Amino acid sequence: MSKNGTGRRRSELLVPLTAIFVGLLFGAVLMILTGTNPLTAYAALIRGCFGSWADLSETSVYVTPLIFTGLSLAIAYKAGLFNIGAEGQLIVGMVAAAIVGVAGTGLPRIIHLPLTIISGALAGALWGAVPGYLKAKLGVHEVVNSIMMNYIALYLSHYLVTGPIKDPKVIAPYSREIADSAKLTRFFGGFGSSYRFNSGIFIAVAAVVVIYLLLYKTPLGYEIRAVGNNPDAARYAGISVSRSVLSSMLLAGAMAGLAGAVQVCAIQYKFLDLFAFEGFGLDGIAVALVAKGNPIGVLGSASLFGILQRGSQMMQGIAHVPKQVAGIVQAVVVFMVAAEGLTEGWLRIPGLVRRRLAGRSGREDAR
Amino acid sequence: MTFDAQTIKYLVIDILASTIPLATPLILAAVGGVFSDRSGVVNIGIEGMILIGSFTGVLTSYYTRNPWLGFLMAGLSGCLTAWFHALASIKYKANQTVSGVAVNIMATALTGFLLKAIFDRAGQTERVVKLARWTIPVIKDIPIVGEIIGSGPPPVYIAFIVVALAHIVMFKTVLGLRIRACGEHPEAADTAGVNVALIRYGCVMMSGFLAGLAGGTLSLGELSLFKEGMSAGKGYIALAAVIFGRWTPVGAMWASLLFALADAIQLIAQNWGFTLIPQEFMLMFPYVVTMAALAGIIGRSTGPAASGKPYVRRGV
Repeated sequence: MSKNGTGRRRSELLVPLTAIFVGLLFGAVLMILTGTNPLTAYAALIRGCFGSWADLSETSVYVTPLIFTGLSLAIAYKAGLFNIGAEGQLIVGMVAAAIVGVAGTGLPRIIHLPLTIISGALAGALWGAVPGYLKAKLGVHEVVNSIMMNYIALYLSHYLVTGPIKDPKVIAPYSREIADSAKLTRFFGGFGSSYRFNSGIFIAVAAVVVIYLLLYKTPLGYEIRAVGNNPDAARYAGISVSRSVLSSMLLAGAMAGLAGAVQVCAIQYKFLDLFAFEGFGLDGIAVALVAKGNPIGVLGSASLFGILQRGSQMMQGIAHVPKQVAGIVQAVVVFMVAAEGLTEGWLRIPGLVRRRLAGRSGREDAR
Repeated sequence: MTFDAQTIKYLVIDILASTIPLATPLILAAVGGVFSDRSGVVNIGIEGMILIGSFTGVLTSYYTRNPWLGFLMAGLSGCLTAWFHALASIKYKANQTVSGVAVNIMATALTGFLLKAIFDRAGQTERVVKLARWTIPVIKDIPIVGEIIGSGPPPVYIAFIVVALAHIVMFKTVLGLRIRACGEHPEAADTAGVNVALIRYGCVMMSGFLAGLAGGTLSLGELSLFKEGMSAGKGYIALAAVIFGRWTPVGAMWASLLFALADAIQLIAQNWGFTLIPQEFMLMFPYVVTMAALAGIIGRSTGPAASGKPYVRRGV
């Protein structure tokens, strides 16, 4: 009887919540093993995220890129694809925004700012299109190719920021600072404000709405979801599978590229050489999975993982817990959401215990 | 620099001599990938298993000063990691790509965490005792060949033995037939009395063991320390080698050698001071070669039919 609509919906929410709980528990066990009090650490996490207006502002800075990369993974997920290349798409998005943000100096803000952000999205879309095209036309596994594209993006950005786009006035490998006309507004005190809360988060929320409408209210979205559900059935229904695969990867790349552009226009104001991957792309996996690929759900899960990311920095600072705890919690969550059967089995335990305690009367009902 | 015959000879020897050790971790990981894929489970988690293996190897060598024990523990830790992936993929019918990625996220985070917690350092561990190089008598005296494979880290030779054994098991034994049946047509295998789940568990864990050894090769064979993220995409390149090698151990070996050759060319170009192409573009070369190879072969090569799909036994 529990297989009706509400039961299903309940488990859709319960599985991710259980996964997060188990993830935090697992993190706590690791902390105990390495000699830290997990309560102190998690208290530092909460205080570090919500303790003051400044903390809250910083938390929003962590949440924003995760909304974009979560959307990126979610769109691909809906088409049955796994866009592990969000990381590289984000990098080229940052580079493109850093270039256009400088090159467009002198343009009015109303043109320069959108142009900068759109160029980031386009660069990301281009980067996503490569594995998308290879998947659509040749059937090459998008995971391997998009990982390769991540490394290519990393080296390309390194080449650019140590050579062609490097700021000649400094020794460090930075690009030149973008013009004020390409910067997103920081509330509470303008461009130089120490509060980094900025209008990027509104772009992210708008992207959530746009992607939601696109996926659920347009023919293209319908086709993408149909291909994700069952490519063979979609093909018989006359849907072009390769078109849907390519367009979902273009959109996914554009979202990850937007993450990079907003990061440059609102936070960094320039491209800083990366010595390793930033991780926003990988974090997007957990964000999209917990949200089950639903754009609205991405908003909630991105907030959650953003808090975890920001909080883990604070845990490292205050409680001396290595910040990698965030990644460990994330991995447990992804694993448990993937192995849904395992998690649902655990969810059934309380019910089983209750039934056992109440005698065997429940057994007849179950039949 | 002039390119006379002598220079070219040294250049070629130099490139080939670096190709073999670079190929070793790829070969080990790719042969494991062949087993996993052939049995019907895609193992994206190889990357993470390499990382766990390289960390465990260094950790063991650090405490015991015995690099061989470290190398073995590297394999076993990879095997244990693979068990989680097998459990999710086989028993709980998880999306295998997602579960594999979970392994990779966990490996990156856990090794980083333990690096701080145990060594109290960021970035890399201190140096530990590494595997002593082997020198093969007779072969080392052959001109040219001796310079290329006459001596090297032990995993180099182990990898080639693994390829030979894997080829025999996969194509000359009943076990190999059963493994392939589980990946092609699990229903038929089941009807014929093969325990599909058991075979798949075994293959995934074997794949983890070999990926762990690949990690041990990186940290105890080539280097003598663990660096954060030292697997650097090698697990994914190994997966590409599985596909490019058409799901056979020998094919995977050749594919690994090809990808390693691309890597060796870029390394040697740097060492010889070849500056016509910026270094970063040379560093991209192995990744570009991998993509090009995959795009070239696909369509003419199909994987095991049931790979990636959980096997649900139909009860009566």
